Amino acid sequence: MTKLAQWLCGLALLGSAWAALALSPPGLRLPAPCRQALLPLPVYLLVAFGCYALATVGYRLATFNDCEEAAAELREHISAAREDLRRRGLRF
Amino acid sequence: MAAGGAGKVSVLLPTYEERHNLPLVVWLLVRTFQDSGIDFEIIIIDDGSPDGTQEVAEQLEKIYGSDKILLRPREKKLGLGTAYIHGMKYASGDFIVIMDADLSHHPKFIPEFIRKQKEGNFDIVSGTRYKGNGGVHGWDLKRKLISRGANFITQVLLRPGASDLTGSFRLYRKDVLQKLMEKCVSKGYVFQMEMIVRARQLGYTIGEVPISFVDRVYGESKLGGNEIVSFLKGLLTLFATT
Repeated sequence: MTKLAQWLCGLALLGSAWAALALSPPGLRLPAPCRQALLPLPVYLLVAFGCYALATVGYRLATFNDCEEAAAELREHISAAREDLRRRGLRF
Repeated sequence: MAAGGAGKVSVLLPTYEERHNLPLVVWLLVRTFQDSGIDFEIIIIDDGSPDGTQEVAEQLEKIYGSDKILLRPREKKLGLGTAYIHGMKYASGDFIVIMDADLSHHPKFIPEFIRKQKEGNFDIVSGTRYKGNGGVHGWDLKRKLISRGANFITQVLLRPGASDLTGSFRLYRKDVLQKLMEKCVSKGYVFQMEMIVRARQLGYTIGEVPISFVDRVYGESKLGGNEIVSFLKGLLTLFATT
């Protein structure tokens, strides 16, 4: 099953469960307070996921290492390499 | 410190216009392998660079010997995937390391890759910029945001089980790379991503080692709108087909 199919299955499952509970015909209705909480649930979940995404990306952005030492070390290694290669007769 | 029977490593270096970086990267590779006592060979696949990369490569072959430096050039620019297939034909190592020749990947991580591989007997060891001490140098905030954002979306959609999908500093078991090359069809960034996704499908194990990525010291590195669009297209293709 492709990732797309997995997503569609998951969404269909959750969607139909939600629809059955929230939009059921009058005779089978859940108590009013439950329905009132259920109706906007998909929107809440979407907003919550959006917040999670923003927070995660923001946190990872803020903690992305800059690797200053690695760059300094590389510069050192480069000049050592240049010197040694020249000594061995390489024409750059 | 000898790595005792670690198995031979073949490094594939596809190059295009890297005459300034190639000698430096080869020097670093040779020093790293000699210091750690790992048997190695470096296969340089130059795609007919007009800047004389090949001439420099020939000088390196003379300095280090044709058993260590293998020149396997091609006529013209034919792309990364086919460069790996081409280079692999000549590789005699048990493991293959693929990396960029522009000095953004430091060879010092290769012994860590090998240690990691032994530790878990992994089929693939992937360098990751997104974990532990890993990171990047020389990226502005916008570039970092795009990178983190793209990585997040990829993780959500594909759940690949590896943190750095678009990185190209990895060690593969030779037969594993061969199998993967047969399956992968994408280009550019997406190619690296597809390799990991297919590897998971085929049940290969993946270990990760944090790496620092130092963006091109010489020459321009570019991330244009085109690349973002082709990345998204590739991501959605993988999402719908794997």
